[in-house]
Amino acid sequence: MTVTMGGALNAALRDALAADDNVLVFGEDVGTLGGVFRITDGLTSEFGEQRCFDTPLAESGIVGFAIGLCLTGFRPVVEMQFDAFAYPAFEQITSHVAKMRNRTSGRVGLPLVIRIPYAGGIGGVEHHCDSSEGYYAHTPGLKVVTPSDAADAYSLLREAIDDPDPVIFLEPKALYWSKQEIELPCTRAPFGTAKVRRDGDDVTLVTYGASVPTALKAAEAAADEGWSVEVIDLRTIVPFDDETVVRSVRRTGRCVVLAEAQGFAGVGAEIAARVSERCFHSLAAPVGRVSGLPTPYPAPMLEKTYLPGVERVLDAIARLQWDDQPDLTYAEVGARG
Amino acid sequence: METTAQAMTAALLPSPNPVQLIDPTGAEVEQAGTRRDYPMPSAARLREIWHAMVLGRRFDAQATALTKQGRLAVYPSSRGQEACQVGAILSITADDWFFPTYRDSMALASRGIDPIEVLSLLRGDSHCGYDPIATHTAAQCTPLSTQLIHAAGAAYGEKRRGTDHVALAFIGDGATSEGDFHEALNFAAVFEAPVIFFVQNNKYAISVPLSKQTRAPSLAYKGIGYGVAAEQVDGNDPAAVLAVMDHAVEHCRSGKGPFLIEAHTYRLESHTNADDATRYRSSDEVTAWLERDPIARVEAWLRGRGELNDDVVAATRAAAEALAAEVRERMNTDVTVDPMSLFDNVFAQRTPQLDEARAMVAAELAADSQEVSS
Repeated sequence: MTVTMGGALNAALRDALAADDNVLVFGEDVGTLGGVFRITDGLTSEFGEQRCFDTPLAESGIVGFAIGLCLTGFRPVVEMQFDAFAYPAFEQITSHVAKMRNRTSGRVGLPLVIRIPYAGGIGGVEHHCDSSEGYYAHTPGLKVVTPSDAADAYSLLREAIDDPDPVIFLEPKALYWSKQEIELPCTRAPFGTAKVRRDGDDVTLVTYGASVPTALKAAEAAADEGWSVEVIDLRTIVPFDDETVVRSVRRTGRCVVLAEAQGFAGVGAEIAARVSERCFHSLAAPVGRVSGLPTPYPAPMLEKTYLPGVERVLDAIARLQWDDQPDLTYAEVGARG
Repeated sequence: METTAQAMTAALLPSPNPVQLIDPTGAEVEQAGTRRDYPMPSAARLREIWHAMVLGRRFDAQATALTKQGRLAVYPSSRGQEACQVGAILSITADDWFFPTYRDSMALASRGIDPIEVLSLLRGDSHCGYDPIATHTAAQCTPLSTQLIHAAGAAYGEKRRGTDHVALAFIGDGATSEGDFHEALNFAAVFEAPVIFFVQNNKYAISVPLSKQTRAPSLAYKGIGYGVAAEQVDGNDPAAVLAVMDHAVEHCRSGKGPFLIEAHTYRLESHTNADDATRYRSSDEVTAWLERDPIARVEAWLRGRGELNDDVVAATRAAAEALAAEVRERMNTDVTVDPMSLFDNVFAQRTPQLDEARAMVAAELAADSQEVSS
């Protein structure tokens, strides 16, 4: 059957609610309305207001309330309405959600899921398009995952709800309406396993979430230029699947990292560093990074310039020292003017 | 005839003055003008709270002394706040939940948690020495007001489970300025969570006086905006604290939603042993509060009624000294911590990245021990 990513997420929530009475879904507008992206559509009418309910408009309160519910054995799945609107909950997430198991010597685990629609590409006005994965991935104690298609949306969300630890579940909002032919419930793959989305021999393109479709398009275009590009979809940023990435890069000898978030001190930077440390002797060129720009996310009419597209990926691939000549992009000392 | 709004207002507002049942001299205070009835607790309960306060104060003094001996990294004392620390705890059961702050070590010891486990955080061997699930007591919270929302969630969870367990959450006056105080009261009210928010208004947030925190007539008035019933109480009157807590616990257990208590008390010591209170307050002010001592006033009340004699006082003082000696002795040992435990409780299962870091530290330790042995 044809399933959208949004539909797969909705099915995962429905199946999780049916499987375990301790699962609760709550947040802003998730009840009667079914969420601003309709991901919780129909859950309140099917399972009742006790299981899927609206809360006051207060993100710190939503996350803190979920922590308290965990103490009494519930498994909350909460929704932050948009990426940037999750920031009021930042203290609860970083100081309590992430640390609770550790600060209680393993006695209090928090099996909760924080769903966050993230990233841009939908012409959203400001504060609706942030790629906030770097903040969470930088915080020990949080698992950070993001699907790139409907099957993984279902698989990863069911895994997240069943996980004994807190999970930041980032939903690429531009892909909510992407379609796939699958049967639900689909086979689940555990956290920490990346997927090779396209096989290739010349370059490894590592990416995740919102950027996966761009990576696949770029790989297709690169094939026309004679480059065989392998595309790896991380699926889970934390835990990170070093093995799949390293195995691929050691074979291809070249690597580009693609992520829509601005590049400085981001997840893309971490991946590039890990690959450089682990694959240095197999690399024919420095690891390339393709990212958003070091600016706040722009107004919708500038979005196209901001977002890393196929052309930027192809440029990065072209600079991978194919002719054994050094890439002089960074020849100058200091930032390029 | 009262309108519905007026009736609601009357049910939510605190009394115009802090509830007081026993004055600083030990005399009973005639009840007039309080919004609810607050009966005097029994002599047996007052003897119990007096006993627990004497032990609590001695524990607190011992903990302060341990900082001077280097056994505790830091200690935020609650000396002078014994009526709150002990009275609130004696009003709930072991099944109820308690959400303490860093200043509430005396309350934890009064709850029956091993004092050494209580001091683990401040000794520095772990972030929380006791089992929060087994004790229904959250880890001591340092970020201000954040634990109030956890308390609201846990209380709502208990309600969903069909129990009559309540949650008690402590904060100080400064923390009422935090956003999470607002979100917690609002969530608790909307979900009718059986949680008691207990504000120990000890007049200072480190150095900043209450006058710079709020323009509210009293912190208890912050309840009505959320539809949360509230009361203010003389936080140095153990009888009044018990009476108001009894009312609040009954309010929560009977399904009437959350309750806010402001207890007017005073922090006699500096913020912690690392602070110097003489930089922001006068010794006259401290002396005035010493005269409102919670232990002395209930002791005077009990003695005046023949409910306490010299033998019992002597036995209690001896018990307090024995507690202090035990704490001293058990804390006067060097604790060993296992470096490898660093990696155990980040997640339920270690990730490959944690395994990698763990292997690195294991190798470092092995190399160190080889150097020592060679």
